[in-house]
Amino acid sequence: MENFTPFSALIGGTFIGLSAVIMLAGNGRIAGISGILGGALSSRGEERRWRVLFLAGLLLATLLYQFISSSPITIETQASPGFLVVAGLLVGFGTRLGSGCTSGHGICGIARFSKRSFAATATFMLFGFITVYVTRHLMELGI
Amino acid sequence: MSIATDQKSQESTFAHSAVALLSGLLFGLGLIISGMVNPGKVIGFLDLAGNWDPSLIFVMGGGVAVTTATFWLVLRRERPLFEKKFFLPTKADLDGRLLIGAALFGIGWGVGGLCPGPAITALATLDPSVVLFVGAMLLGMVLQNLVAE
Repeated sequence: MENFTPFSALIGGTFIGLSAVIMLAGNGRIAGISGILGGALSSRGEERRWRVLFLAGLLLATLLYQFISSSPITIETQASPGFLVVAGLLVGFGTRLGSGCTSGHGICGIARFSKRSFAATATFMLFGFITVYVTRHLMELGI
Repeated sequence: MSIATDQKSQESTFAHSAVALLSGLLFGLGLIISGMVNPGKVIGFLDLAGNWDPSLIFVMGGGVAVTTATFWLVLRRERPLFEKKFFLPTKADLDGRLLIGAALFGIGWGVGGLCPGPAITALATLDPSVVLFVGAMLLGMVLQNLVAE
């Protein structure tokens, strides 16, 4: 467990929690990324404006961090391009079909004691564990 | 519309926009600080049989601690600060769409190590793998929208 970083994980998690509270208290919305992104693609006008601004905030976070921090942002993608496309299609299709992802169901839904969000979070975690076990240990794909 | 209400609505639109931008910024910084923008770190959590990295539990734990401690207080208000009402999911029961969707998402998450938040945040690095993933993810969302109609 030499990669375990509990302190930065807790601080980062607190930022995410604060983000969700600000969104709910200010604009009455759930800070669920797949819902915001999917809505930004399909909505117009006022509904699209705040969604695009939220997404711009995500991108701005990377630029701001790169500007103020001396440590670079590490991104180690291990999957091949073909697998990344499959992964992207599944994540896009699945999060919209299942009405949410790690943020909407995981961070916000659990705080609302939503039965649907508990079930969704347990399901995507379980399938994530199984998928990594199958690809890394049974098939040894190295993805 | 009177000048006073017009000005009030402009202020409200500005505040609404500022909240959305700030919320996105904090969310993105949280993902970067916690290392969750790195697919390698997420796979490290999902790889129970490998060199397991439990960090993701602490990220979700920190986030859920803040939301659980505050959401109930916020929702006691009649309405949010800059909107007429709260927009909350209305469905209460489990259904096939929810579980199949979550399962498909979980498989994609396990293959790529990326979920929507980190993918969009990391997009600003212009890492080619992330750009490819986000393109496919957007296509998946559009396809789901077409199938639903």
